[in-house]
Amino acid sequence: MSKQISRRSFLKGSLVAACATCASQVPLPASAKSKSGQELATLIDIRKCIGCEACVEACREVNDFKYPEPEKPFPKMYPNRVKVADWSDEEGREVRDRLTPYNWLTIQWATVEVDGEETEVSFPRRCMHCQNPPCADLCPWGAARKLENGITVIHSDICLGGKKCQVVCPWDIPQRQTGVGIYLDILPSLAGNGVMYKCDRCYNRIAEGEMPACIEECPEDVQIIGPRDEIVREAHRLVEEEGVYIYGETENGGTNTLYVSPVPYETLNEAISKGPGQPSFDQVEDQMAHADNLAKAMLIAPLAGLAAAVGRVYKASKKLGDNTGEAS
Amino acid sequence: MTSEATPNAFSELTYFKPVYLFLLFVLGLTGFGQMPIFKRYYIADIPGLGWLADFYATHYIHYIGAIVIFGFFVYAAVIYWGLMRRRFQLTGAAYIRIAILALITITGIFRVLKNLPDVVFSPLFTMVIDISHLAFMMFLMIFGILFMVLKKGWLVEK
Repeated sequence: MSKQISRRSFLKGSLVAACATCASQVPLPASAKSKSGQELATLIDIRKCIGCEACVEACREVNDFKYPEPEKPFPKMYPNRVKVADWSDEEGREVRDRLTPYNWLTIQWATVEVDGEETEVSFPRRCMHCQNPPCADLCPWGAARKLENGITVIHSDICLGGKKCQVVCPWDIPQRQTGVGIYLDILPSLAGNGVMYKCDRCYNRIAEGEMPACIEECPEDVQIIGPRDEIVREAHRLVEEEGVYIYGETENGGTNTLYVSPVPYETLNEAISKGPGQPSFDQVEDQMAHADNLAKAMLIAPLAGLAAAVGRVYKASKKLGDNTGEAS
Repeated sequence: MTSEATPNAFSELTYFKPVYLFLLFVLGLTGFGQMPIFKRYYIADIPGLGWLADFYATHYIHYIGAIVIFGFFVYAAVIYWGLMRRRFQLTGAAYIRIAILALITITGIFRVLKNLPDVVFSPLFTMVIDISHLAFMMFLMIFGILFMVLKKGWLVEK
């Protein structure tokens, strides 16, 4: 990718960004339709997953054109504590047992006891698409953004690969690829380090009225998608009628990916492999809650300043009046 | 806030400047801390500055600084309008500073709104406010240095 093409790509990207907003308004099929701009959520029923990885393969196939094609050799990074993240060789691209820039969906396995029987369960893991995503809230460039239909995407033509989104993500979802993106056109050795990649829940397919590939290709119908309130209602019905456990409804203030499991998530969390690119099932508090509370205080601050100033002006005017009175 | 007149009648002329500069410093530091630079460039390795690499910590402090400076701006505006303007007037440099501060404040308000749950701006608008908030702060720093060199304060005696 030449520098000139990258710049053009940036401009093109900005247009795509604008179009993405419009695209999120495009009418969706009944199965994926959002009522009055309501967010779309998915429900993943862990009991149905057989770990066949059809979703993983479908994701890789339809999103292949979004994957990074880095320029090599990579720019020398200063200071040298900045490490290259490269998944672009043949071996790296084939990794499926964790999230990478080339693998946005992975299957986790756990051996747990279900109804007194030791059972091996599997389940797809990817971006949770938070309702108030810290990655999008805290991205300094607006490269990570949330769409009106509840999808969080990272714009690869704007992202500098600083990895802040991964640091603030409770599940460490976004993954970095060095040697690609706009940082190559700015200060490649001193700022940025590539582009962050993650599941965008096939926002382009949804905009065209299609289903996300992982849902469409699943032979077991592990996932369903729909307006969030309907998905939450369905998850609650399963809890009441079938005694399952929910994850994602309240985690990090609420996500647009809900799981139902036959065992509690503490049990599942203990049984899965955790590490880079392997998300946990931790209980996650709303990471933006403190900021939301402080935002309310911002409304009061000008009023407090006004009250204090009016008091000061009144006192000063009174003093001036008294002095004038004494003088006369 | 500096005065080109002799500060004798208003206590605000003594403490406005250090308060304003302190708030700008805190907001500037925590604002730049929103970019992943302090860890990369070893600044967060300096004992006592590790918090600069904690994006949530710098974000909260930035919000708290914004709350205080909102109150301060309103207080300063009313004090000027109610007390000082009979004796002082704003300089041209002050109007430029106020315009840039207003732009920083407006883009900052939109950034805060963006971070609230249930508030979604278009991707393009999000990017514009994110980048312009930083750009206006850079302008303020540039003009601040320029006015310091030119000795252009905020107020001049009538």
